[in-house]
Formats: sequence, C-alpha cells, structure tokens
Amino acid sequence: MNPILVLLPAAPGGGLIAGAADVLGAAAQIGTPVALVTGPADALPELAGQAASLGATVVHTAVTDAAVLGVPAADAAQSAVAAVAPDAVLVPATVEGRELAGRLAIRLRAPLAADAVGVSRDDEGVLAQHSVYGGAYLVDAAATYGPLIVTVRLGAIDHRAEAATPDVRPLEVAASGRPAATVEGFEAAAQQSTRPDLRSAKRVVSGGRGLGSQERFALVEQLADALGAAVGASRAAVDAGYVPHDAQVGQTGTSVSPDLYVAVGISGAIQHRAGMQTAKTIVAIDKDASAPIMEIADLGVVGDLFTIVPQLIAALEARKQA
Amino acid sequence: MKIVVLMKPVPDTYGERKLSLETGLADRDASETVLDEIGERALEAALRHAEAAGDAEVVVLSMSPEGSQAALRKALAMGAASAVHVADPRLAGADLVRTAEVLAAALRETGFDLVIAGDASTDGTGGVMAAMLAELLELPAITRLQTLEITADAVRGTRATDGGEMVAQAPLPAVVSVTESLPDPRFPALRGIMSAKKKPVEVRTLDDLGVELDDLGVELDETAAPRAIMTTVAERPPRAAGTIITDSGDAGEQIAAFLAERRLA
Repeated sequence: MNPILVLLPAAPGGGLIAGAADVLGAAAQIGTPVALVTGPADALPELAGQAASLGATVVHTAVTDAAVLGVPAADAAQSAVAAVAPDAVLVPATVEGRELAGRLAIRLRAPLAADAVGVSRDDEGVLAQHSVYGGAYLVDAAATYGPLIVTVRLGAIDHRAEAATPDVRPLEVAASGRPAATVEGFEAAAQQSTRPDLRSAKRVVSGGRGLGSQERFALVEQLADALGAAVGASRAAVDAGYVPHDAQVGQTGTSVSPDLYVAVGISGAIQHRAGMQTAKTIVAIDKDASAPIMEIADLGVVGDLFTIVPQLIAALEARKQA
Repeated sequence: MKIVVLMKPVPDTYGERKLSLETGLADRDASETVLDEIGERALEAALRHAEAAGDAEVVVLSMSPEGSQAALRKALAMGAASAVHVADPRLAGADLVRTAEVLAAALRETGFDLVIAGDASTDGTGGVMAAMLAELLELPAITRLQTLEITADAVRGTRATDGGEMVAQAPLPAVVSVTESLPDPRFPALRGIMSAKKKPVEVRTLDDLGVELDDLGVELDETAAPRAIMTTVAERPPRAAGTIITDSGDAGEQIAAFLAERRLA
C-alpha cells in the first residue's frame, strides 16, 4: 500500500492550489496517492473530483474557514496524517503549500525537505531530490524517522498519475484553536494574458537590459506569444522598470526549469544563470559574443536583437501557417 | 515596541557557491558570506517603521557559524540597535525544524512584539521559517507580505499568494515574512558603519538557550540522530558547449529552424 499523503488546500482564489498534478504524479512514483483537500464546503466536492482525476485514490476532505490564515489547513493536515499514517507527505511549494508544510513539520517534529525537484524510493524509504545553488548540485535527502514532509517545486515533476475513481471521505478534524491572522479581503490576480505561469511554464522567453526601454520590452512579449511561452526578465530589466518584479528570473527571483529558455538581451550574470541553467534547451540572443550566457547556451546568437527577434517571430508565424 | 528581524548570512549569489561533496554542507570558504538580501529588505521595513514611529527598537537575530559575525555588522551599520548571534558548533547542518526551534528559543529569550523575516533564503529556498516559528511560539503569522503596516497593536498588509492578493491582519505579537516587493534596503552610511562597531552583539550558545528550548519541548543535546540526512551529493555536470553564430542577416530564420528541429517551435 505505502500511502503517500498529498496536501491540496484550495487556492484562496478558488480551485486546487497550483502543482496538484505534479505532486500527485510524484506521489504515484513512490506509493499510493491519498489526498487531503481542504477549502470552503461548497467547493469541496468539485475539488475532490479534480484530485481523483489527477490520481488520488482516496480523497479526504475537510472544511476550512477561509477567513483564518494557515491554522485550519494545518489542523486538517495533522488529522489526516494521524488517519492515513503515510510514508511521506507531499505539498506543492506554493505560498500556501509552503506555509502548510512548515506548520505540519513543527507539529509532528518531522523532517521537512523543502523545494524538492523529485522524489524516489530505496530500500530504506522515501528520498527527496534537491537542486541546490541554482542547479549547480544535486542532493538526495532521506528521513531518519518519518514521515518525510516534502514541498515540491512547481513544474519540476513531469510524471502524471492515472486518474482514479473518486473515493471521497470527509475527515474528522481536531481544531487546535491556535492563534492565526485574519483575512480581510482577497483579489484574484487579473488575467491580463493567456500566457502560462512563469513558475511552471515549459517555455520561457526572458528579456534583459539590452531591450533598452519598457516600450521595446514588448518585443519579448511578442516572441513569448509566438512560442506560447511565459515572459521572464533579468534583474537589470526589472530594476530598470521594464517589467514588474514578479517576472524576475534568477536566484533572488523565480527559478525556472523549462524545456526551452530564450534569453534576449541578457548578458547572464551568475545570479541570473542560477535561476535558469537547468533549462533543457537554452537559446541566447545578445550583441556581446563574450556574454556569460553564451557559455551555457545550446544556441548562442550574436547580433542586434531588434532585427533578429522580429525575423524570428515572422519565421515562427510562417511555420505555423505552413 | 521591539521588532526582531531574522537575518541570514549566506554565500553571495553573485559569486560561485560550493557544497562540500564529502559532507553536503556549504563550503563557506569557497565564496564570500553576505547578508541575504531579502533579510536586508525585512530590516529596511523595520527601520522605516522605527524611524516613523519613534518608539521602536530594532534587533537583528541570526543563527549562523561563528565566523559570520562580520556580515551581521552590516545590519548594525544599516541602523539596527543590537544583534543576537546564535552560534554553536553543534548546530552545523541543522535542519529546518531544528533551526526553527533554536530561533524560537532565542526569540523567547530576547522578547519581541513583532518578528520580521524574509520570505525565503537564497541558499535553502525553503520559504517555511516564518510559519514554523509561528507554530512554535503559538502566534499568528502572515507570510509573503508585499506591503507592511505596523501599528501599536497590530500588523497588516497585502500578501502575494496563490492566485491573487490577500489583505490580512494580525494582532501583536506576531510573525511575518516579506517579499522583494518591499523597498530596497539602504546602504550603510559612514556614520552608521562607525557606530556599528560600538553596538552590542550578544552571542548565544545552545546552553544559553537551554531553558527556552526546554520550554519548547526540545532536547538540548544534539548528539541525537538528526531528522533528515543527505544520502548523496553530486555536482551537476557542466553544460556542454553549444553553437555560437553571428548574425549575417538570417539569424532569426536560423533560430526558428533550430527550434523546429528540436520540436520547440
């Protein structure tokens, strides 16, 4: 059996938190995925159905008060661990997921493997794989006593579990009554584009200071749209005000690990490379042949990005229509 | 009001960072140790409040090896009144839970109305410490604040979370973490650097914190088995050198062809 408990709180804006498919896929690699879904009562049936369709063989559900931050989900998780006795607990490394994992680790005084990029199993039990220092090192960690709690980096797991028949079981939760912050309001992020989320995108196009201005950064967005990619940026481009901070790729921004990373006008400071060097394929376009990004690019193109990128977009469009 | 800011000396992300392939622990001699910038941002937020409110004391707390005290001096030069440095060889390689226990014990000893931490360190990237401390100290927490409003009896702000922005508030005492959306940290002025030399840095060992640890239900003796162990550590092979071309008028076409060949277009 080897149950692996997967914690899937509802996102504050509705739906399961990001990374549910990844984490259930990871759980299926090392045992039998059992999910805990928490959220508002009226949303639970649908969320539980989603969890089953993504591979949860059993879905425990618990109603949580959305106006109370953090604690209700941790109470439910603690009860679920007691009920399921899992080998490991997997949680997507989103904002709410990390908070939940941290709280649970303290309550159980259990080991927490943070920001894992993979999980596996050996004779002794569950292992978590980490990509350390921006992908420069790979480290495996194991619990000396369990269960190992693992937060799983978004977009790191390609494996998907087979859909399961929903077996939904309301969970009895012992409320801890611990003090918590109060939620006063929530505003869903404006869906300004249909671009994929940077954290989990399979393709990313990033722009740097070479773009020269906020207006001209639009070229990066056009190329991203032509490739169905998310938009990223170097810290220099963020500091220059071309794009908001949440687009920053790098050690102090978002770490990405896509199939394709296109760096436009980015020289590739070590801090930036640490956030993207695990991409499977890297294409760099920059006027400077000696830019550090060229050392790690599968295809490095030296030239004027303002002529190359429009030509590339046109060529991509032409291929689509062909 | 007493605000304690958690700060972490880390390997500089603008240099090459190394892990020891024997122990799996950070090779601290391989790179410069600096204050993690997200912690500097947390300190900036605390200092701004202290300057505006006038009655707030800002203390920096760090658990880090003995040799990293120079980095903490920067926090004093920025304007913190004092620093508490938990340094004990028995804490080498401490895991997240152990780190949280020790920091919670130090916080109980120091006393505080508000704890401010950075969202996640650049070396561990865990992003869990604020929530862990809230659990241990039995206090409310608000993680990932991108705005911060501190009043005499509460903390409030906008939180960047899954799928949108949330406004949350908590009565003090509380624990919060902040993101890079907060204002840039200041550079220490010469006067600050000079006065930092006279500011107190209290060093604490596990034995000093023993009573508080005991109250948290924690064993002082760290000879017991750790909760988690590294089983393997490997250096990722360097990327193989790729192709470099110089645009002679058709580079855009060439990139498109490269992507198509790899089924990426």
